[in-house]
Amino acid sequence: MESVQRPHRENLIHWAASRPEVLVLSADLTSSCEADGFRDAYPERFFSMGMAEQNMMGFAAGLAREGFFPYIHTFAVFICRRPFDQVAMSIAYPNLPVRLIGFLPGITTAGGVTHQAIDDIALMRILPNMRILECGDATDVESVLDVAQAIDGPVYVRMLRGEVPRLFDETKPLVFNRARVLSQGSDAVVLSTGICTEEAMRATTAVRERGLDVGHLHVSTLKPFDDPSVLEAIANARRGVITMENHSVIGGLGSAVAELMAEQGIGTRLVRLGLQDSYAHGASRQYLMREYGLDAMALVRALESLLTGPLGLTEQDLAGVRLETMRQVDKTEDL
Amino acid sequence: MEEVGIQAHAQPQAAQIRSVADAVRRRVLEHTLNNNGGYLSQACSSAEILATLYLGIMRLGSSQEPLVPRPFAGVPSSDNPHAFTGAGYNGPKAPELDRFIFSPVHYALVLYSLLIELGRLGPDALDAFNQDGSTVELIGAEHSPGHEVTAGSLAQAISQAGGIALARRLRGETGRVWVFMSDGEFQEGQTWEAFAALAYHRIGNIGIYVDANAQQCDGPMDAVMGIEPLAERLRAFGAEVHEVDGHDPEALAAPALGSGERDRPLVVIARTDPCRGLEQLRERAPKLHYVRFKSDEEFATYRTLLETLRQEAC
Ligand SMILES: Cc1ncc(C[n+]2csc(CCOP(=O)(O)OP(=O)(O)O)c2C)c(N)n1
Repeated sequence: MESVQRPHRENLIHWAASRPEVLVLSADLTSSCEADGFRDAYPERFFSMGMAEQNMMGFAAGLAREGFFPYIHTFAVFICRRPFDQVAMSIAYPNLPVRLIGFLPGITTAGGVTHQAIDDIALMRILPNMRILECGDATDVESVLDVAQAIDGPVYVRMLRGEVPRLFDETKPLVFNRARVLSQGSDAVVLSTGICTEEAMRATTAVRERGLDVGHLHVSTLKPFDDPSVLEAIANARRGVITMENHSVIGGLGSAVAELMAEQGIGTRLVRLGLQDSYAHGASRQYLMREYGLDAMALVRALESLLTGPLGLTEQDLAGVRLETMRQVDKTEDL
Repeated sequence: MEEVGIQAHAQPQAAQIRSVADAVRRRVLEHTLNNNGGYLSQACSSAEILATLYLGIMRLGSSQEPLVPRPFAGVPSSDNPHAFTGAGYNGPKAPELDRFIFSPVHYALVLYSLLIELGRLGPDALDAFNQDGSTVELIGAEHSPGHEVTAGSLAQAISQAGGIALARRLRGETGRVWVFMSDGEFQEGQTWEAFAALAYHRIGNIGIYVDANAQQCDGPMDAVMGIEPLAERLRAFGAEVHEVDGHDPEALAAPALGSGERDRPLVVIARTDPCRGLEQLRERAPKLHYVRFKSDEEFATYRTLLETLRQEAC
């Protein structure tokens, strides 16, 4: 399986070429957020705002009121936590078309608790007018800007940087409010987002070989959350639903699915994989995915508990179907 | 080097501080070579500031923590009685002793290296740096050696230090609170809110050392977002401000001496050079924030440089 180096960096340059109304604002993380190519290509459309995220949100709001489309680039934590009030009042309330591009989702960084966005989806979901998109592979990354730009109002994009696997056909772009159906199955359905989708693909491949009839959908629109294909998959899942997200189970995908199921009166079990109401700490992605139960084995265990009891699958069995994309993370990263 | 107890801080030993600072540079360079990456320019700029704080300014007791850092014991919560902070490496808490609050925690490698040179951490403590399950984190957090608060979302530590200083004043303690900050933190609004509050509440038991290396992630600060004239801005906010050569231990220590009670925060702006002691680094400017060597040739050059520095130190 292919992986792509810095897909956002290149894509942003090409994509913005014909869109003079698109601006980039950065808070001293320009290369770390792959906006350096844009800065060098279109210096007149790039604005360095210093390490001052609250103020940056206000500037973006003002620019958006005047007809520009500001693309904020910084780490997700520095979009959703410190300047939350500015995002809520200056941007979300007036429904301004500011695009918030947030990097280092969840435990993808060794930078520890201050750099790990485990609550960003939750924070953005509670804001009226905000729409939320999350990328799970290079094709998502390359097509998400088109989707964001077509939205009338603020958008939060949970972005991937660096080496990104290509899980989905290049010719099949991310579609707003439409999950990617990766496999059909009616015993249980797995809904995954972001980097968890790759893990879920490993697990579902392995359990299918053991005869389980498990469906799998990759969700990239987290708000709104009324995709008919998601509802249908949940309604058809005879014995339960599993959500898997690189985020707290409170407020993200798991919560959105729980709300949907309750409102639709779908009375089946729901297992939410994700950070179980805990902060994390600085360590490698693989280590943290295992520690917090975000990896393929955690999903196998969840399926076992829902469907069959022990399947006897080992790490080796999962490694056997491992997609050759996730390299040992380069831990010496730019933060 | 032997463990340093409570400092007689009237006469900082400039030569000793310089040699500790140079040892910190060498250790950070060695680590950067071995791990192919590190916050090396921060060691170059801040080594004398941090060494002066520990050896010539702060009144700290002996470390309370093991030489080999304890592994991560889980995040703080009501269910986790095992969570701890790294403050014990700076000695016990006592009314007459000072406290150290480390703010730009991407400088963690520099602080760990200094703690090793001071004997507060064992010589192999960096083996655990950025390892899974370790507290010797890449970006320090409150469980990391020498750290007391979680500060990696920058410009939050100064306010927390203000609260600690206020609490100490309320309790009538004589020990002071020392904060180490980077200049990038003066772009955040919170820093200025903190200084307004420190002045308004006449908090004089706090001293802030700023590594003014004029660098940040994107490059030179004046190409990202200027903060000058920093001294005048801070004076206008009610602080007592000194601007000194940040590589001169005596100049660094002088503003902190004197025992009279103060009624406003003390700020020492340490003007520093991000390539100090490693001339070679200048070739990489303006990309100095995180140093990663690219070619075998570059590795060889820096290895030779490290050898030379080691020999010079003997
Ligand atoms: C609130 C916040 N925004 C952004 C960052 C990401 N970041 C880490 S270091 C840094 C700036 C580096 O400049 P400075 O603090 O002066 O340190 P130095 O250049 O000396 O390394 C930034 C923007 C952060 N840690 N916290």
